[in-house]
Amino acid sequence: MKDFEPVIVAFCCHYCAYTAADMAGSKRLFYPSNVKIIRVPCSGKVDSLHIIKAFEKGADGVYVAGCLEGDCHFKNGNDKAAKKVAHMSKYLEEIGIEPERLEMVRMSAGMGERFAQVASEITDKIRKLGPSPIKAAAA
Amino acid sequence: MITAERKPLEEILAYIKPFKRILLLGCNECVTVCAAGGRKEVGVLASGIQMSMLKNGTSIEIREHTLERQCDPEYVEELLPMIDSADAVLSMACGCGVQQLATRFKDKPVFPAVNTKFMGGSDRHGVWTERCQGCGDCLLGLTGGICPIAKCAKQLMNGPCGGSARGVCEIGEDVDCAWHLIWERLKALDLTEQYLEIMPAKDWRPGGGSGPRKIIREDLAE
Repeated sequence: MKDFEPVIVAFCCHYCAYTAADMAGSKRLFYPSNVKIIRVPCSGKVDSLHIIKAFEKGADGVYVAGCLEGDCHFKNGNDKAAKKVAHMSKYLEEIGIEPERLEMVRMSAGMGERFAQVASEITDKIRKLGPSPIKAAAA
Repeated sequence: MITAERKPLEEILAYIKPFKRILLLGCNECVTVCAAGGRKEVGVLASGIQMSMLKNGTSIEIREHTLERQCDPEYVEELLPMIDSADAVLSMACGCGVQQLATRFKDKPVFPAVNTKFMGGSDRHGVWTERCQGCGDCLLGLTGGICPIAKCAKQLMNGPCGGSARGVCEIGEDVDCAWHLIWERLKALDLTEQYLEIMPAKDWRPGGGSGPRKIIREDLAE
């Protein structure tokens, strides 16, 4: 547990969080390497299946990073993503996985600092929660 | 379409607990449209089952497959090459599909993974409401295309009851009064004289109540 390094999958919208991650990199801001970024054309593109498969394949935490409220490039994909995340959180609970392992976050393309901060906060949170019960059971 | 909702995972797990290999079947028709039992939902459920079982220290082999239509025997035949390698079948189709499988594969336990709800339509994305109760004697032609059987809580045939206020039914603020809707629609169509015609007591027999209903098309039936 002491040496536990969580695997965190971050589905990042091309128009905000992915660019923010790029900015965090350009600014040489530190964020944990635990976060594995998957670029999506819009957070609304993230499907229930993507989220559940990430957990099944061994992710300890998953987050979907979309644009700020009202700023979606495709009108409201970010709001749809938030609803999907809330829906999947309930399903995780049914399965027996702590719903806190899944989160929706919002940021703009210019928020490099926020990207780094969110990545660190979520990594800390998952580190405290420990390995996903699925990963622990498979070990 | 026929609408459905996934059963609680706990109930599904209890059904399949005694088995080692299951065939998880979706349907490409109604349950796909109402996001209850299509290919995607099959994948999400399969992952959920696998993870739940793993967490409880057990395991199960799940083969996923989605048929074009589970309520037609022609499509169910497609399962022949895979049915023997399953101990049980878990179906995400409506009750019609589940029964089609149970009829075809008599030695295979078949379980439903969804609760079949009603015949309905989509109001907006993610919202479905009941539109038809299959009364067997459609009267939509007399009511401006709005069904008082499916939409009126009392299934009244001649105008609203005293529980209608400002177009809303007394049973809930989010329930429109069917007869208010009918009146507004007939007014818009300039057909209010239809409203004044008294409809006789409805013959409910075509709507069921005497065993399963059946349609036989002489020109098609073999």
